This record gives sequence, structure tokens and C-alpha cells, in this order.
Amino acid sequence: MNHAPALPNTLRSGPDGQGRFGAYGGRFVAETLMPLVLELDTAYEAAKRDPGFQKELDYYLKDYVGRPSPLWFAERLTRLWGGAKIYFKREELNHTGAHKVNSCMGQILLARRMGRTRIIAETGAGQHGVATATVCALMGMPCVIYMGAVDVERQRPNVFRMKLLGAEVVPVTTGAGTLKDAMNEAMRDWVANVTDTYFLLGTVAGPHPYPAMVRDFQSVIGTEARAQMMAAEGRLPDVVVASVGGGSNAMGIFHPFLDEPSVRLIGVEAAGRGLDSGAQAASIERGRPGVLHGNRTYLLQDDDGQITEAHSISAGLDYPGIGPEHAWLHDIGRAEYVGITDDEALASFQLCSRTEGIIPALECAHALAHIEKIAPSMTAGEIILMNLSGRGDKDIFTVAEHLGAKL
Amino acid sequence: MVLLFKKERLSFFLLPVMNRIEAKFAALKREGRGALIPFLEAYDPDPATSMAILQGMPGAGADLIEIGMPFSDPMADGPTIQAAGRRALLAGASVGHTLEMVREFRAEDDATPVVLMGYLNPILAYDPARFCLDAAASGVDGLIVVDLPTEEAALLAGSAAAHELDIIRLVAPTTDDSRLPQVLLGCSGFVYYVSITGVTGTRTASVGELAAAIPRIRAVTDLPIAVGFGVRTPEQAASAVCAADAAVVASALIDTLASSLDENGRARPDTVRRVLDQVRALADAVSKARVAMSRTPAGVDAS
Repeated sequence: MNHAPALPNTLRSGPDGQGRFGAYGGRFVAETLMPLVLELDTAYEAAKRDPGFQKELDYYLKDYVGRPSPLWFAERLTRLWGGAKIYFKREELNHTGAHKVNSCMGQILLARRMGRTRIIAETGAGQHGVATATVCALMGMPCVIYMGAVDVERQRPNVFRMKLLGAEVVPVTTGAGTLKDAMNEAMRDWVANVTDTYFLLGTVAGPHPYPAMVRDFQSVIGTEARAQMMAAEGRLPDVVVASVGGGSNAMGIFHPFLDEPSVRLIGVEAAGRGLDSGAQAASIERGRPGVLHGNRTYLLQDDDGQITEAHSISAGLDYPGIGPEHAWLHDIGRAEYVGITDDEALASFQLCSRTEGIIPALECAHALAHIEKIAPSMTAGEIILMNLSGRGDKDIFTVAEHLGAKL
Repeated sequence: MVLLFKKERLSFFLLPVMNRIEAKFAALKREGRGALIPFLEAYDPDPATSMAILQGMPGAGADLIEIGMPFSDPMADGPTIQAAGRRALLAGASVGHTLEMVREFRAEDDATPVVLMGYLNPILAYDPARFCLDAAASGVDGLIVVDLPTEEAALLAGSAAAHELDIIRLVAPTTDDSRLPQVLLGCSGFVYYVSITGVTGTRTASVGELAAAIPRIRAVTDLPIAVGFGVRTPEQAASAVCAADAAVVASALIDTLASSLDENGRARPDTVRRVLDQVRALADAVSKARVAMSRTPAGVDAS
């Protein structure tokens, strides 16, 4: 009997040629954009195979971004909670203060390679906008950032940063004025400027190849963390925890661990004022599969298929969808998705600041709040790895307001 | 099995019946003129007003009618249609309500083709198979799903074919010659040429651009070609039907509707009349366009 050669037993080979992770992903864009999306796919595949491209990216990641980022043993939090050992992957120490720059660096080099001369991007918390404005300044390229008007208001420091870096920030007033609306407007710009513009998407969502490409660029987080963990502890972590909005920081740290069955992967969604309050951003826990922004994935929507507004205290998690690879990992049971409320995140934000001397982004405070729930019941021999994906300086105004402090 | 056998038998013994879209374009061809396809957003600004506009359109000279199915995130639309969609959703629009409108329209008009234009997610939420069944039963003739490119078309193709709904494909200036045949594979009814790179209601293609683009599409299909995005004035509609077979006018009509609303966004007594007057002016220009062209062989004035 002839057997076809066994496929390698891996969860890391996705997506397929159509950009699908199981039933999710794909390329749901208007025909005007379809040729551009296909061109991007071809260009990215070529760049991936070109050792020169990776060499150039490595140079910028090391000397400009400041990689590798350290792995930090959060000893005081570990002692406080009295269970598993807690490690932070310190992505907040990257240039621009978050993980977003990893993908921006890769994409700007790709845009340059493709001969594009103008960059557009969407941003929620402003971290992706700042990272995009930064790499555009570095490459001398004009840059337009679409940002929901509500986010412009609650992330003023980042808006000013983007402007300092030379970017034009366009407040988007349609819808609820948050990340979803910024994404719509960026796609409208792209469709009107097809010849010269590169859409530098910030997360592992959108039409193929964005979910796979952004994940690949962000996987440097998990690849480094894995090696650092082996060096520090001689073994893999038992649990990896990351916050999930669109899901780029989580995908970046999860992906290199997908084929390690002993490693539990937990994505923490924003439960806002409570998972059943109607004011949350937990697409997997409270959404249904549908199509938005170029991909099929879990979405917050009503019975008529209208996308509903998300809510989170964290602008970076305030999005009614999630990357398609997460949707698939959820369905096959490889990753778990849980919710953390605004209040729980606020408490963790303060605790982390006082206990570790690290002011975390509100996004990461969600991940930490979940660790507080699981660490105490784990043993001292077990290890939790958290992606500390951004610093919280940008959030101090929001937090101050919630705590009733005047700045 | 029984159903399959029946269908086979039907198609074997009965002559194919021309659907409304084919019949309309065949009639227009005999008359030697192009088609005007006005657009309205279902439930904009309220159910009664949009129903009155829909019912008045054939009398005002609409050859086919395109009805927008409101969606919360219309990524291919400019500010005008975005606002129409918001008004419609506030007025309670849903997929089911849009189909009810068509059903009511069909009670009085069995000839004017109706095409629904919208985004995929509300159709998925309704369920594609049930949607096609109900749309066909309501008297819908064709579907334009903006964010469903050829590559993903299988999601809807089977159900649409089973209920004899035309799938009208979009072709854009970015669709190159090598991609065109693939985009038009499985397209029926007519081809919708998105004449600009941009969202609805923003720019207008020049006569020269249309003259270059349309023959490119003609080379690979015998289907009629409609020009949309940026067709606003009677003159532009006339140019469009000279270069192609039909002109779709959307944002310009919605601008008229929007400007007729009171300060609370409610229709005024003359809202319906103002929109239909504009349809009439567009239809007049479209019906005279080919005649004018035959008198001036050099084609329409490019100004």
C-alpha cells in the first residue's frame, strides 16, 4: 500500500493558499483592492525568501528597536501571589514603548521594496500609530494615521507624539469614533490611493496576507522568549498569557509555542463593564463568526449582522473583532480566551506599577489581572510567561480620570 | 434526489425564460438606448419615504433599480452613502425589511428589475441560502455584494444559482486584463464597472477614461456593462451610457434626499418629489444620449 507522506504534525503551517485558518481569514475586500492584496501577498512571499530582507530587518530590530527585549522574572508579584513563577517578556522596552514597532519595521521595509511612497495606518490606543509614524520618519515617508475621534481624545499624548514624528493624524468621527471606524476610513483611503500607498495594518486581522504577515513579524517575541526561558529555567513555560484586541501581541508570543502541547495559551479579552453588560470587547466570548475588514472571524454583532460597538477602558482592545488565527485556535481548543473587566485591569495597572516598578499599558494590565486569578493556585515549580506588550505612560490620563485624580 | 430530477426535467423540457434583467436589457437594445439605474438606500430616511421613492422610480424613468442594504461599516462608501446607511439603521432597517420592501414593490410592478447592493455580513447573519431563497421569492433579480470578490464567491454562488439570482460582479480600474476573465467567471445579469479608484460619491471618471476602460471589459464578456461610482449629473449619466450600457446614480440622489430633510433628519413633504424629479432629469438625458451621439459622430462633449 502506498501512503502519502505524513504531513508534519504542526499547527504553525497556516494559513492555506486562500489565507484561511480553518474556516477563518480569507480576503473579503472590494474588487478595487483585490489586485493590491494579491500583489502584497506576492511581494511578502518574495521578501520572506530573500535572506537580504531578513538581514536588513534584523539590523533595524537590533540597533533601532533595541531587540532582543529582556525576559524579566517578576519576583515580587510571584511572592505576593504565592504560586507560579511569573515572567514578563518586556516588549514595553522597545523603541516607541510597545510591540507594535516589530511589525511596523518589517512592513515599512516591505513597502519600500514595493516602491510605495506614502503610508497610511489605523490606530486605536495610538501605539501602532506612533510606531508607524516613527518608522515613516526614519524612512522619510509621508504618513497619514486614521484614529477614532474618541481615541484621539483619550490618547492625547500619543496624538502629540505622532504629530511630532511628522505624521498627519486624521480624527474619524463616524460610528463610535474608535478603532473600527479608523480601520474603515483607512481602507477608504487605500481604495482611493491605490498606486502609491501602502496600508500598514497594525494587527493580525484584515485580508490575507496581513494576519499571517503581521504574525510572522511579531513572532520574534515568542521566539526570543522561548530561548530566554530555556536559558533562565531550562524548560518551557506552563502557561503563556497575553491580552487580545486584534491579537497581534498574543499571536506573536503564542505562535512559537503552538506545537508545544504542554504550554497552555491564554488570550485575555476586554470584558469592559462585564461580559454580559453589553459594554465589552470580547469578540470570541460574546461574538459570532462573520465578515468585517477583509476577514472572516468572530465579531460582535447583532442578529441582523450589524457590527456592534465594542467597549473597553483600553483603547487598544476596543475592537469588535479578533484576528482569524485566534478564532481558529479557539475553535480547535489550542488556546483559551477569557475576559477581564475594566475595573480588574485598573487594579492590576496600579498593582504592577507599585510592585514591579513597571507602569504597564492598560492592555497588558488585562493579562496580568488574569494571572492574578490563576497564579495562586499553581505550584512554585510552575511558570507563567506574560507578554508585557506595552508601557502605560499613554494611559495615565485615562487612569487618573477613573481614579478621580486631577492632572 | 426527487428535487434534482424535477429541476433537470424542467430545464430539459421548458424553454429558458428570460429573467427581468435580461428582458430589460434586450428591450433597451431594441430601442437603441442605455439604462438608468437609480439607487436608494432601504429605509432612508424612514420606511414610508423610501418605499414611495422606490415605487415612484419606474414612473420617473428608472430602467432598473438598485437598493442599498444598510450596513454598519460600509467600507466602500463615501460620506453620503455612509450617512444614508446610518439614517436607515436608525429607522429600523434590516435585511428582512429590505426584502419586504421589494415584495411590496413587486405587487405593483412585475417588470422593473431590482438589484440589491450590500455587504456580506448581514447576508451571512441572515444565512446565505435562506437569503437567496427569500430574496428570489420577494422578487429580487440580482445581487451586488461589495466585499465578496471572485476568490470568495463560493459562499453565495450555489444558493444564488439555485434561486436564479444574478450575481453582478464589480470590475475596477485596478482589475487588469489578465484578471478580468477570472473576475467575470460566474457573473450574470450585468457587469458593474466601478469607474474610479475610490469610495462612492467622491470623484468622476472622465469620458476618456471610460472610453478606454469599457472596451477592455467588452472584449471578455457579452454581458451589459453599467458604470457606477461618480456618475452624478444628467451629462455624466449620458456619457456613461454612450460608453457603456447603463449608468448607476447613487450619491447624487442621496444628496438631494439628505438636503430635503428637516433639521431633525425627517423627510419633508417634497422629499419624494425632489428625488424623483432628479431621476426624471437623469432618465431624460440617458434616453436622449445615444440619439445625440449618433448626430455627433465624434461622441459626446468631453467637458
